[in-house]
Amino acid sequence: MFNIPPHSFYAMLVVLGLLLTASTSRLILARRKPDKDYTELRQRIQSWWWMIGILFVCLVISPTAAIILFAFISFLALKEFFSIVPTRQADRRVLFWAYVSIPIQYYLVSIGWYGMFIIFIPVYVFLLLPMRMVLIGETKGFIHSAGTIHWAVMLTVFCISHIAYLLVLPIENPEAGSIGLVIFLLFMTQFNDVCQYIWGKLLGKHKIIPKVSPNKTWEGFLGGVLTIALVSGFLGPYLTPLTFRFSLLAGLLISCSGFIGDVVISSLKRDLEIKDSGTLIPGHGGILDRCDSLMFTSPLFFHFLYYVNY
Amino acid sequence: MDRLLKILFFAVIVRPIVFIVLGLNLRGKQNLPQQGPAMIAANHNSHLDTLVLMSLYPLSKLHRVRPVAAADYFLKNRFLSWFALNCIGIIPISRAGRQRKAELFAGCHQALDQGDILILFPEGSRGNPEELSEIKRGIYHIVHDRTDTRVTPVMMHGLGRALPRGEALLVPFNCDVIIGNELPEAETAEQLVNGIKESFLELQKYCITCRQV
Repeated sequence: MFNIPPHSFYAMLVVLGLLLTASTSRLILARRKPDKDYTELRQRIQSWWWMIGILFVCLVISPTAAIILFAFISFLALKEFFSIVPTRQADRRVLFWAYVSIPIQYYLVSIGWYGMFIIFIPVYVFLLLPMRMVLIGETKGFIHSAGTIHWAVMLTVFCISHIAYLLVLPIENPEAGSIGLVIFLLFMTQFNDVCQYIWGKLLGKHKIIPKVSPNKTWEGFLGGVLTIALVSGFLGPYLTPLTFRFSLLAGLLISCSGFIGDVVISSLKRDLEIKDSGTLIPGHGGILDRCDSLMFTSPLFFHFLYYVNY
Repeated sequence: MDRLLKILFFAVIVRPIVFIVLGLNLRGKQNLPQQGPAMIAANHNSHLDTLVLMSLYPLSKLHRVRPVAAADYFLKNRFLSWFALNCIGIIPISRAGRQRKAELFAGCHQALDQGDILILFPEGSRGNPEELSEIKRGIYHIVHDRTDTRVTPVMMHGLGRALPRGEALLVPFNCDVIIGNELPEAETAEQLVNGIKESFLELQKYCITCRQV
């Protein structure tokens, strides 16, 4: 049952080690400066333990368990999207069908039917939802609604399901297995957020898009891109079937698209004048706040890998 | 036995619906009254309102939380009335207005005397989804001669989209539950009604599910 490929196993140990380091540093920090409030930092790290814990347990149990987990994440993200973005009361039943696309899409993943997986949402759901809207017959705000609903399903179901599809691809690097691909993508995406933040804090001067995110700088972005490309270059051959060169490119892709995903969701929140998309993950905000970069990196990384190796 | 039934109903059916199918953006949880006698005044959009508010309490305290509900609706047939009285534990109240006040609110006073926490929807009925209706004065007649009971306002948003009046299909949505500070004791009915209305509008500012583009 628990035959984890060795490279993936070591990668998991390293991630848990990093978490342990974070927790210990937090404790030391709290002891050194007892008068400072570290509640948010504590919540953030605790939530990381939960998220990574749940992910690893599902990955270890079986690919099916992990696919169900990603389906559930899609559900939470779609629900959060529909909750914060205004939709018409008349669209309730359309939204219901949008939710129904989740089990179907992830079923297609689980049976590995690539041709259908890749067109189900962009073609069938895309055409069916407006038809359901027409049957309801409310034309006021029709265009706005049709656009919002399909965008939501694309981002939260279609994009996120690409992570799950990594698990059913034929295994080309048996030392890492399919778990290696998922860990590589998730780790590089989250590590990219961290790197861009740290480089921005250290050197940040020139604002990159002040209207959307006043804290994002060119220095942070470029520092992140270079770091991620390098780390990815060395980590890629270990965890994925990609060679050093292609891993480097994958890193570039993940870093740039992660940045874009981050600012796209930021603009959405700015438009709605809210700070966080929810309160599901203490210290982080909502699930969209956590998955923002991932929604962009997953399909791009997936298709890069698919083009190069399959 | 009733207590067990209630706990089972909430643990197996209500809580999974409230926390997984729906989902709460909860703020001000520390303001939720933990000890009775106390009164929660919430806005009303959906049948889910009651279930959400009751889910905020641990299962062990559930039997102390009593929603005040319309007798004409919830006692209209045998099954519904068995369900409302035993699985939810409502305090039925007549909306017909023919009874005297003392008689009308006897059930509420009895529950408050026992140290229960009452949930009351001062708008009276669910009304149009996500719109505030006029606040009725009944709540004042319950609390005004009690020195032990304060009113805590709660604003909810989003449940009227998940399950509005007259719909049977539940559609998942996150909803906001914002719990305000206890209201000060009111001298007159107007004062209390206005106090509730003001705090609803104030709490509404913290809702994140009602933005307009």
